[in-house]
Amino acid sequence: MKNILGFIKQNFTLLTFLILQIVSIAMLSSYNKTYETFFGGWSNQVTGNIKKKYNGFSYYFNLKNTNAQLLAENVALRNQLAQNFVPIDTSKKLGTLVLRKDSLEIIRKFFYYPAKVVGNTFTLQKNYIIIERGRLQGVKKDMAAISPEGSIVGVVVEVNDNYSKIMSLLHRNSKVSAMLKRDRMAGSIEWDGADPSILVLKNISKSASPKIGDSVLTSPYSSNYPAQLMIGKVTSVIKDPSSNYLTLNVKSTSNFYNLEYIYLVENRRMPDQKNIEKTDLKNE
Amino acid sequence: MNSLLKNTSRFVLFLAIQIIILNEIPPLHQFITPYLYFIFLLWMPFGTKRITLTLLGFVTGYTLDLFTNTPGLHAAACSAVGYFRPTILNLLLAQETSEDLNREPRISSMGWAPYAFYIFSLSFLHHFYLVLLEWLQFGSFGYFLGKVIATTFMSILLIFIVELAMNRRKIIR
Repeated sequence: MKNILGFIKQNFTLLTFLILQIVSIAMLSSYNKTYETFFGGWSNQVTGNIKKKYNGFSYYFNLKNTNAQLLAENVALRNQLAQNFVPIDTSKKLGTLVLRKDSLEIIRKFFYYPAKVVGNTFTLQKNYIIIERGRLQGVKKDMAAISPEGSIVGVVVEVNDNYSKIMSLLHRNSKVSAMLKRDRMAGSIEWDGADPSILVLKNISKSASPKIGDSVLTSPYSSNYPAQLMIGKVTSVIKDPSSNYLTLNVKSTSNFYNLEYIYLVENRRMPDQKNIEKTDLKNE
Repeated sequence: MNSLLKNTSRFVLFLAIQIIILNEIPPLHQFITPYLYFIFLLWMPFGTKRITLTLLGFVTGYTLDLFTNTPGLHAAACSAVGYFRPTILNLLLAQETSEDLNREPRISSMGWAPYAFYIFSLSFLHHFYLVLLEWLQFGSFGYFLGKVIATTFMSILLIFIVELAMNRRKIIR
């Protein structure tokens, strides 16, 4: 016992160093599970507040861009106003249709919330966006984020009372199901860490014939994103003779450099979809 | 100036520069990430105890981690810098200098060549460990090698710029 105490006393510095190393590496490797529950809450509240103060300053310089964005969006929305449309002529009866259910009745699947961006990085390998809208304002984990231009930005990964953290598309672990508009071939959008404006579309079958300038949209397979949202345009096609798949470079439509406002999309049927994706069929 | 006050203000200043300016600059290349914040550890007085440096390194790294959302990454690298700093200093200096609490490792107190070696070895250690931890999560060997070299030279450049800017009168007579 005395020897052990003596050893600890003699190597106290080394032991402290090793313990700190173990703590840091443990935090790093179990980031998504443990860290979030134990430290995520309070630390996000603190950094969120500091980032909000800093944002108040940098926001001022971006007012012009934000204005232009909002104006463009207003025009787009104005074009969809009900008074722009004329109802169909119902005075003429074509015949009698017996419908059990009103075919005009629709069910809302996606719901949109606005949110202000208070923190955003694009220079690191793992980039996150912090927004000022949290659990109390209706944000849930796995909600999708969309830029005012209507193209996708990321997915909510962490929520506390008033702030949420979004895993940007510019994250080495980000993966979004996407498709080519031309022939509806599905693949996945990732980021290789090189250029913040270029994303990589992987696993496109070689039978597809993508051309430069083709649009890339979100696919209907994604549970977070509504289908057919813009992601970007193909800039180059990389043909790898050793694989069965094509890799495409895609210029993203969202501008990650000056995000000021984003929209969060809630898929009201996501829990159901996730559930059925998770079930494995044991008695097959 | 009081040493504690001076070092606390440095801690805040360099972390603020790192978070507000350097992390916001669009990168020239994937491999070049400007890192300056650990200069706070390099400028602690000579005689600072190894355990103090290790703990301070952890705190410095962890504070940056809170802002970059990478818990543990910079903390691990910075506590390593703190732990190995006395080893490097003992290699370079006579004992009475390396235990002096009133002086700091600067060009004026160490001379150009030892200071350059000191900066190079500790920045290399920091980036080697940092990018190694990143590489374990993603990336390739080419990414690791390229990023360590490019980032180390970027840091050395930044540190010498800061050194020249802060001590203009002392160096250039």
